Parts: sequence; C-alpha cells; structure tokens
Amino acid sequence: MGSLNTEKMVSELCSLFSRYGYDQFNMSKFEEYDLYARNKNFLVSDNIITFTDTNGKLMALKPDVTLSIAKNSRVKPGQTEKVYYYENVYRVSEGSGSFAEIPQLGVECIGDVGSYDILEVMKLAADSLSLLSSDYVLGICHLGIVSSVIESTGIGQGYYGDIYTAVSEKNAHALDALEESSGVSLDAVRFLIRSYGDPKTVISSLRSLSLSGCGDVLCEIEEITSVLEESGHEGKIVLDFSEINDFKYYNGFVFRGYISGIMSGVLSGGQYDQLLLRLGKKDASSIGFAVYLDSLQRLAENDAGYDVDTLLVYEEGTPAGVVCRACAELLKKSESVRAVRTVPDKAVARKTVRIDKCGRII
Amino acid sequence: MMDGYLNIALPKGRLGEKVYSAFEAAGFECPSIKENNRKLIFENPDKKVRYFWVKPSDVAIYVERGAADVGVAGKDILLEYEPDVYELADLKTGICRMCVAAKNDFRDRPSKTLRVATKFSNIAKKYYASTGRDIDIIHLNGSIEIAPILDLSDVIVDIVETGTTLRENDLKVIEEIVPISARLICNKSSFRFKSAQIEKIAENIKVN
Repeated sequence: MGSLNTEKMVSELCSLFSRYGYDQFNMSKFEEYDLYARNKNFLVSDNIITFTDTNGKLMALKPDVTLSIAKNSRVKPGQTEKVYYYENVYRVSEGSGSFAEIPQLGVECIGDVGSYDILEVMKLAADSLSLLSSDYVLGICHLGIVSSVIESTGIGQGYYGDIYTAVSEKNAHALDALEESSGVSLDAVRFLIRSYGDPKTVISSLRSLSLSGCGDVLCEIEEITSVLEESGHEGKIVLDFSEINDFKYYNGFVFRGYISGIMSGVLSGGQYDQLLLRLGKKDASSIGFAVYLDSLQRLAENDAGYDVDTLLVYEEGTPAGVVCRACAELLKKSESVRAVRTVPDKAVARKTVRIDKCGRII
Repeated sequence: MMDGYLNIALPKGRLGEKVYSAFEAAGFECPSIKENNRKLIFENPDKKVRYFWVKPSDVAIYVERGAADVGVAGKDILLEYEPDVYELADLKTGICRMCVAAKNDFRDRPSKTLRVATKFSNIAKKYYASTGRDIDIIHLNGSIEIAPILDLSDVIVDIVETGTTLRENDLKVIEEIVPISARLICNKSSFRFKSAQIEKIAENIKVN
C-alpha cells in the first residue's frame, strides 16, 4: 500500500509540472564517468557505479539527473528549457551503506532564466508541498545576501568557508573563535543568523543593515515571497539564510521544503548558474529542485495501519466464481480485498470476512 | 512522533544529569525523570515535553533522524560524525580538548608515515590532512592510551580532560587539535515547526 501511495503522489506532482508546460525528460541509464569526475562537489557522494563499455569508454550508472540535463541544454536568448524528470539514480543509500536504485523526481528550468521563471519554479516547489501535506514550510535563502553580509565584515576570504558553515548550522557561537583569530567583528553575520521567519519582517530588518548592492535583491525577494504567500501559501513561506546548501554551485535563491513529521527536507533546489558555467555553458542560467521520494514514502506509510482493508477467507473447494463474486461485492464497500484460503502469518487487515462454499458470510 | 510534544535526547551519565537541570531551570521540567528506575523515556504532559536517555555518541543520530527534536551532544561527536543538524548553543560544560598524545619520550620523524590510534578517525584524518602529513589510522574503540605503549601506534588522538589518565600511562599531550564542549543541537525540520519552543530553550538554557 505504501508504494501505491508514492506512485499516486508522483503522478499528482508530474501532473502539476505538466500543467505549467514542463515536458518530461527521458534519459538513458548511462553517462560518461568523466562528467561526474569533473563535478564531484555537485554530487551527494563520490561513490559511483562504473563499467567499461564495449568501445572502451568508462561509463557510469547515473548518480544524478541535473548534470545530464544541464550538459545537454542549449542556450538561446529569451528562451528556457522547462523539463521535469522521474528517473532512477544509482547512489550509496544512507541507510544500508551500499549501492541502491533510488527514484528521483525533479524540475529544471535552464537557459535564459528570467524573474518570472524563478518565481514559477519556486511556486511549483510550494505547490508540490501543499499537494503532499497541509502542514509544510518552504524555507528560502538568497546567497547574494549571505555573501554581501560576509563581505561587509571585511574578513579575509580564507575565513569564508568556516563562516558559511557557521551560518548553515545556525552556529553563532562558532563566530567567536573566528573573530578572535581574524580580529574582525562578525556582528553582521550574527544578525544574519538571527534573521529568519516571516519574509516581510526579515526583509525590513535586513534593509536596516543598508548592505551595499542588495537593494535590488531585497526587492526581488520581497516580490517573490509576497506572490508565493498570496497564491495560497500564506504563513508557509519562511526566509532562512541557513538554507545555504553548497555555495560553490548555487547562487541566488536556494530553498528547501519541509513537511511536519518528516525528519529532513522533502525537496530542495535553487539557482545553479555556477554549475552551468563549469559545464562550459556561458550566459546560461538555471533553477530547479529535486523531490526526495524516499522521505515521501514515510508520508505514505503514515496513512494506514494495515496491509489490506478486508481479508476474505474462503474454504478449500469453494468454486472460483463464488470467490470472485464475493470479492466484487466486498470491493463495493472496501478499498482493497485479499482472498485467501488460510489467514496469512503476516498480513494485517482492517477486517476479516469468512465465506462458506456458497459465498454466504459466516 | 507527531503528538505536539517536544522530544529531547539527553546523554546518559553525569553530563546528561547536569544538562537536565539546565532544561528544568529553563522551564522544561519533567519531575518523573528523577525517579530512581530503569526507564529510558519520561514525559510531562503539562509541559508537553518528553525526555529520553541515550548513549552519548547516539544523541546526534536521534536528532538528525528526527526521533528527537533537540539534544545535547559533545562537539567531538559532532566533528566526528558531522550530522546534518543545527548547533544552537555552546553549553560550556563537559569541557575538554581533542589532543594528539604520545609517550613521554616520543620523537617525531616527519618523513615517516605516522601511525595514529584513535576512536575519532574522521577528526584525525582531517587534522593531519590540514597539516599535509601522511598517516596510517588505527581505529580503536576504547583504552586508546595503551596503543603507543604497546607500539601499536606512534601517537593517539583522543579527548583529554585533566590529563591524569595520560600522565598515569607515561603519555603527554604533544598537540591540541580543538577545544570540546557540550552543544545544544536540533533537527532542521523540527526547527521549522517547533521554533517557538526550541528558541525558548536555546535562549534560556544555562548550565552551571
């Protein structure tokens, strides 16, 4: 029952993406290993299944979809490619520690991405969350603000990595040691760590910092977050600069979606122009997100406490037609019926119905 | 558990008991926890708070996986396992240092591959990578101090509090890697949905 519900969720999400004009992207299972070797930092892990193809090339079973979509994209001014994908990737599973086939669902918008395209992808992320649950939050960060705040302190670039880590962990006390060793005050970064929550409140407090070059970015954040709230997500949009992800690949907006009861983010994404640059796509921009289907499975599992709605137990020798008619009758009132001759050891049913050889309930 | 309770994982032992008193003072009391029994889970329905005692090195796992919203873990565990959690406060208790220690008569020969015995393989690897030193890591689970004495390793990377254990085994600290203390951590998703309670803890918790 768990996997059936996940399929239903996937189907609803794909439908949502199609309605906004996103095409389904289909891809082959294999990619040249070189693509991943050159972009290791973008991947969650550098464990990749490889094999040598018949032509002697080192190939990989795909650990990621975004890199393939980005690599194959063609940039034309004023145009974007809008795709969604539902593909299996091959990665080391956190739970088992060995390779597993992991389904991944996501959306990418690549090309000459404009401000509406950015809003659209973030709206699709918020709409996806609301399709899955009524208790959700979309946490949004803008890396332009984070980098402006860090630069405004005047601290040496050698400290940037540690500061980004502190911000991503909401670890204000880690800044004490960095201040001591650099001799530079990091109060602005502490202010940033404390600035999270309702977008209007956070934006107005950030304006009070008067960061240079951030006026336009703050207006953009204001516009996007207010449109998102007005379009059915009021109270569900949160600004939080700890949602940094990886600052080496992402720029601009980075976001993560949460559902109450699910231990980690259910979806995450952002603008990843830097990745496109690394792939040699000049003047290209992009934004997208991935949905973590394995965490969604937990949502599906929460629904029922049983494997099947009704267990139909029939006697040995009961004609097949009698059992068939009994099933059909029960399916008018039950969600699911499993017909068995003996009660199975493990299956849990909401109720059990027994019939005699004539189909009468006993 | 989605029942509106705040779930708090405490490390079993002296540190956990000290930290519980701080939670109590911050307004998250749970009197039943002081009953002398072998229970591991305690609830206070009035304050909607639930505590559980957990092996210290497991607190971070409970918090990362959301079984606990909030927990207290040593910085050594956080640096070693790098769980994806928020680190909201330094409780400034359980203070010690992560150090490199060796026999009193140890003489380092930089051209040699250094044999390092430790419970903290990740911390040791990262530290020596930052110094550009080649090392051979010997992962042990306890009584690390005897490794250099038996010539299993040249040095050890371990937590040092007073230094008494080292001295009694004719070992000394040769380098300090990083100071360690207990930290308040929380699950990132829990922070989104229970931020008022979690903020209250982070702001008010003070360990004596």
